[in-house]
Amino acid sequence: MTDNIKTTCLHDRHLSLGAQMSPFAGFDMPIQYEGITEEHMAVRNACGVFDVSHMGEVNISGPDAERFVNHIFTNDIAGAPDGKIFYGMMLRADGGTVDDLLVYRRGANNFLLVINASNIDKDIEWIKSQSEGYDVEIDDLSDALGELAIQGPEAEKVMEQELGITCADLAFYTFREASLDGAHILVSRTGYTGEDGFEVYADHDTICKLWDRLMESGRAKPCGLGCRDTLRFEVGLPLYGHELADDISPIESGLSMFVKLDKEGGFIGRDAVAAQKADGPSKRVVGLQLADKAIPRAGYDVLDAEGRKVGYITTGYRSPSTDASVAMALIEAASAAKGTQLQVQIRRRTFPATVVAKRFYQKNYKK
Amino acid sequence: MDKTLYSSTHEYARIEGNVAYIGISDYAQKALGNIVYVDMPETGEDFNAGDEFGAVESVKAASDLIMPLSGAVLEINEHLIDNPRLLNEDAMANWIIKIELTDPAEAESLMTEEAYAEFCEKH
Repeated sequence: MTDNIKTTCLHDRHLSLGAQMSPFAGFDMPIQYEGITEEHMAVRNACGVFDVSHMGEVNISGPDAERFVNHIFTNDIAGAPDGKIFYGMMLRADGGTVDDLLVYRRGANNFLLVINASNIDKDIEWIKSQSEGYDVEIDDLSDALGELAIQGPEAEKVMEQELGITCADLAFYTFREASLDGAHILVSRTGYTGEDGFEVYADHDTICKLWDRLMESGRAKPCGLGCRDTLRFEVGLPLYGHELADDISPIESGLSMFVKLDKEGGFIGRDAVAAQKADGPSKRVVGLQLADKAIPRAGYDVLDAEGRKVGYITTGYRSPSTDASVAMALIEAASAAKGTQLQVQIRRRTFPATVVAKRFYQKNYKK
Repeated sequence: MDKTLYSSTHEYARIEGNVAYIGISDYAQKALGNIVYVDMPETGEDFNAGDEFGAVESVKAASDLIMPLSGAVLEINEHLIDNPRLLNEDAMANWIIKIELTDPAEAESLMTEEAYAEFCEKH
């Protein structure tokens, strides 16, 4: 292990569970414990718990907080009720994606931004660089807060019965702040798996206590980043660096519903993505289904029927839930219509693939 | 008499005269975890030692298969098409391809079982 790799507060526990560890976004993180497939199915059918303490948290407060967050964020948070959560992106002026994130509205002048671990330094620098002229305080809480994701159809019962956290009344994409054994926690009905579930933010001691209680209960399977990726992939959720990137806009990624072009005051990158939307993007993230069992992996070339390269795979797997070989791919717009017959280059051979909707498994959110 | 030799990329070759059965070692299947797909070449394809001839894939990643010896593919293990997990159950019994050796002398560059066990401990 190199000297500068970071660990989460649960690192010792991962090692004692025998997790396969790997560097991810600068952290030594568990990829799997028992196995990706077993963990994946536990979340689909029962309940799993993920250590996602590597995620970044930035609090933005002050008299101009709402106006500032709305300026750097594609979704519209103005006038929303406190306790609501928004998904969206921060864009550069040219429409490229700085990051995708959740914004928690704690109050009219108080917002928590949850950002990707791989982008923490870049995002904070970006946020600060855009804040001139706004009366806001920007606090990086990433090192102080841990986070657990408790996901699956049984998550609500496990949260209430094993952790004593009331959450049955929490609506999808809302949150509550509460006191638990004297500690301050934030609980939201959110996740990255396509299943019902919750995310809990708290100090490191509290996160460790909650994790230990879940392990003792035996009702939440420890799940690594391996199945976190297969779960989010199956329901078509993007991962920054794959389906969204510095050079992939949310319009290209098919996330227009989180980009409020008409909101009052606009936002950074608005004109660039408005033009993309008006003209139609030159490339699009699509789903691909292979007839063969060969597995399309990120980075593999996608060719049209004549063998000309028209894009590349952004994420691909043999779907643990359906056993189909499926992928998301960034494809030239002319070849991106549903039903288009393409080919994927897998090592020495090409395999036929059909453009399909980028959802390979139905979401089971409780709304 | 047959003998089993190993490469530094964790393939084995079980050599019987001028024929060899090529597969992955038990160490390799353990390191890969649940195998969900085996990409095999076609019968009749020729490969040199060191060539990539296919891949074994877990949910997470594809791992290239490298020819330990030069040869032409006589047969592929068709059981692996529908049941790739046979490699997890018994990697040594479930060979991947059967080849006709074009240069049996190359076997000298491979490791014996003892040397390979030592190699795995160091890596």
